Amino acid sequence: MAGFDKVVLSYDEAMAGLDDGMTVIAGGFGLCGIPENLIAEIKRRQTKGLTVVSNNCGVDGFGLGILLEDKQIRKMVASYVGENALFEQQLLNGELEVDLTPQGTLAEKMRAGGAGIPAFYTATGVGTPVAEGKETRTFHEKEFLLEESITGDFAIVKGWKADRYGNVMYRHTAQNFNPLAATAGKVTVVEVEEIVDVGELEPSQIHTPGIYVDRVIQGSFEKRIEKVTVRS
Amino acid sequence: MALTREQMAQRVAQELRDGYYVNLGIGIPTLVANFVPQGMEVMLQSENGLLGMGAFPTQETLDADMINAGKQTVTAVKGASIFSSAESFAMIRGGHVDLTVLGAFEVDVHGNIASWMIPNKLVKGMGGAMDLVAGADNIIVTMTHASKNGESKLLADCSLPLTGKGCIKKVLTDLAWIEIDEGQFTLVERAPGVSVEEIVEKTAGKLVVPEHVPEMTFA
Repeated sequence: MAGFDKVVLSYDEAMAGLDDGMTVIAGGFGLCGIPENLIAEIKRRQTKGLTVVSNNCGVDGFGLGILLEDKQIRKMVASYVGENALFEQQLLNGELEVDLTPQGTLAEKMRAGGAGIPAFYTATGVGTPVAEGKETRTFHEKEFLLEESITGDFAIVKGWKADRYGNVMYRHTAQNFNPLAATAGKVTVVEVEEIVDVGELEPSQIHTPGIYVDRVIQGSFEKRIEKVTVRS
Repeated sequence: MALTREQMAQRVAQELRDGYYVNLGIGIPTLVANFVPQGMEVMLQSENGLLGMGAFPTQETLDADMINAGKQTVTAVKGASIFSSAESFAMIRGGHVDLTVLGAFEVDVHGNIASWMIPNKLVKGMGGAMDLVAGADNIIVTMTHASKNGESKLLADCSLPLTGKGCIKKVLTDLAWIEIDEGQFTLVERAPGVSVEEIVEKTAGKLVVPEHVPEMTFA
C-alpha cells in the first residue's frame, strides 16, 4: 500500500488485528447491505467474547447469526433480534447479553460516536424501560434522555462501489446503517462489489469519504433476501 | 359489526391529506396504502431509509438492495429518496413526518402506549417504534378494542412496559374512533352497527360519550 491506497487483497488482511473481547460495529438492516464476507471472516478467525453493535443479528445460518454458532458474541446491541432461534436459545441460557436499543437512538449513537460527540439527548424512550438508570433533562417543557454514543474497535461495512482511496457509495436501501458504522470504527473495513479507479466516482455523490476508511476489499456477495415479496 | 382489518385501514386513510409524508407500521397500518384516495399524493416513509416507498416489485425487478422496514422487497416511486438510518430518524424524531400509523397492545387515558414488550415472553426488540412515537405529533394507533378474552386495551393506565409516554391522541379500534385529551378518552365515532353500550363496556379507562356519536361512513 502507498499513500491513500486502502485496498487489501485478502479477507485475512482485511480483519487483521481483531482480538477477543473487542467491539465490532456492523452495517446492515436485516440481511440487506450486510458485510457478509467480513462476518464470515470473523467466524473463520474464531474471535470470541465480542460485543457486536448492529441493528439486527442476522438469521440462523446467515449474516451475524453465524457468529452465534460458536458462541463468539458475548453481547449484542441491536434494536430488533427476531427471526433467530439460536439467538433466543443463547439469550435464555444466559450465554448472551442483549442491549435492546431503539433504532433511531442506535443510528444516532453510531453517528455521534464517529463525530466525536460523547452523548446526546433524545425524547425516544422517555418513560420506558430504555430510560432506566439514565439521566433525564427538560428542554422546552419536554423530557429527554441522555444517551451515550458508541465507537468500535472495528467497523465492518458493505458498500456498492469504492475507489482505492476508500471513498464509498452505497446502493439503494443497502445504505441503512453502513455510513454511520463507517465513521465509528477505530479500524473501518469496507467490502464492496466493485473497486474503481480514483477519480471515477463523482465527488459530490460519495456517501462515505475515504478519511473514515482504513481498508477496502472487493468481494462477491450472495445478497440473500429475507422476505421475497412480489406483486402478482 | 366490528370493522374488518380492511375497513380499519380505510377509515385511517380518510385522515390522509394531499402532500402528506406518512410512516405506516406493520400489520393493519400497512394496508392503509391500499386506500389512498384517488387524485391524492402521499409519500410513504420506511424507516430503513426510504422516502417514497412503492409497490412490491415483479419477479423481474426483484432487488435484494431494495427493502422496506418489514424487510420485504419493495420498489421506489418516482421522486423517492434514499438515505442513511440516521437521516431517516432525523426526519422521524424531528417531527417532519406528517402522519404515523402504528399498532399497539394497550393505550391509556394519559396517551401512553405499550406495543413492544410482554414480560416473561420473549422480547424481540422495539425496532423504530419508540422513535416514531416520541417524534411524531400526528399519530394514529390501530388495534382491536379488546383482546380475544374480552379484556379492554383502552386502559386507565397501561399494564405493560411503555413504548412512549403521553404521545397518543388518536386511536382507531375495530369498534370506535377515540381521541385522548386531558386524561380521558372521548368517543368520536362508532363502527356501523356497534352500540355505544358495547364500546362503553369494552373501554376500561374513563370514556366521555357525547350526546350524539355518529357512525363511521365509508365511500
